Amino acid sequence: MIQSVETHATLAEAQRAMGSDAIFMAGGTLVMRDVNAGATATRIVRSSDPELGDIRLSGDGVTIGAGVTMAAIATHRDLSFLAPVARAVGGPQIRNMATVGGNLFAPHPYGDLAVALLALGARVAVVSQSGAPRPIMDILRERGRVGLVASVHVPRPQSPADFTFLKVSRIKPKGVSVLSIAAHLPRQGGRIRGARVAFGAMGATPLQATAVERVLDGQNLDASTIARAVQVAVEGLDPPTDALASAWYRREVAGVHLKRLLERMVRG
Amino acid sequence: MAKTPVVFVLNGSERASFAEPGQNLLEFLRRGVGDLSPKYGCGQGTCGACTVTIDGETHLSCLTLAESVAGKRVGTAAGLATGNQLHPLQEAFMEGFAAQCGYCTPGMLVSAKALLDRNPTPTREEVVEAISGNICRCTGYEPIIEAILAVAKGRARA
Repeated sequence: MIQSVETHATLAEAQRAMGSDAIFMAGGTLVMRDVNAGATATRIVRSSDPELGDIRLSGDGVTIGAGVTMAAIATHRDLSFLAPVARAVGGPQIRNMATVGGNLFAPHPYGDLAVALLALGARVAVVSQSGAPRPIMDILRERGRVGLVASVHVPRPQSPADFTFLKVSRIKPKGVSVLSIAAHLPRQGGRIRGARVAFGAMGATPLQATAVERVLDGQNLDASTIARAVQVAVEGLDPPTDALASAWYRREVAGVHLKRLLERMVRG
Repeated sequence: MAKTPVVFVLNGSERASFAEPGQNLLEFLRRGVGDLSPKYGCGQGTCGACTVTIDGETHLSCLTLAESVAGKRVGTAAGLATGNQLHPLQEAFMEGFAAQCGYCTPGMLVSAKALLDRNPTPTREEVVEAISGNICRCTGYEPIIEAILAVAKGRARA
């Protein structure tokens, strides 16, 4: 049962107020579900820190405050590469509420934006940790004990055609992911340099498809490369069985959808 | 447990009530304030029956902390009619049999109004997108989509 709600003026104060009896709430789309179900936490901690809503351009990337909503990403003129991803999250009401920071902590099968951020090589600034922002993979791995997220730094793809996102759901336009895939394939002289591919709903957190990346790196994105990438699509993935799909089904179709996504990138 | 006073604007009128710690906006509106138009469906953000607007944007009241609307403008389906005069959307829903059991209707109307407020001449795809967060198990959506488009077309003629 919740006994108190605290709103702190800065995120640093909110971090200090956290404890084992507290839960941090941003957009509420995940946390309020637990609260409605009688969550074990007794305190809700919030922050009105204006920096949470900032979107700042910086050199080759953009820093997105943890409190920025999916709706804000979908309509921001400098975030057009992320707009199709933000629009794939939930319905309109959820997109007006759900935040970037919250998406990093979304349990399976949610967290489509985090899949895209993983493929883009985003870095995450955590309030309690000084120093440079950390790779998003580390944050996803440690997300049960990482502390409050302040912002996410996202490198912008050099060409919009280098980045693609695909979400597979049973209901359109709004449905939960059977799986999602994001690929960032920067190309130099036609060859892929620094491929990053990530899967959503294929494990407890979004996962990087390192085997696929190894196949793609240094290659031209042609039919034979795609065929070899598809062969290793599920390597390292651990899809769960849920009401939407069995683990078996997810494994069977992962390669099919990876192929479609890569072929879409060939067509440009 | 200390209750928190919440002063806000509901459908154009200033209201004040006490929110319990952790209480969601849906319960607060229904039990605390007495606006029974937002409906309790799933309580987990899936069905859209509890849709309200907060400062003009659609939100799910079951996933909104009641005290977070302090100082804000909340809109519900109860604010659509003016006295005995139904809102054009309500008329169109009635004319077009866009409500059967009626449980999703208040949320549908709020989503539809928010759409027409920012986009008076939506395409069919934009209407479908705007109500994609509202589940209806009776109508198959077609009469609802047609009703919203009819209001948009009516306004374009006027």
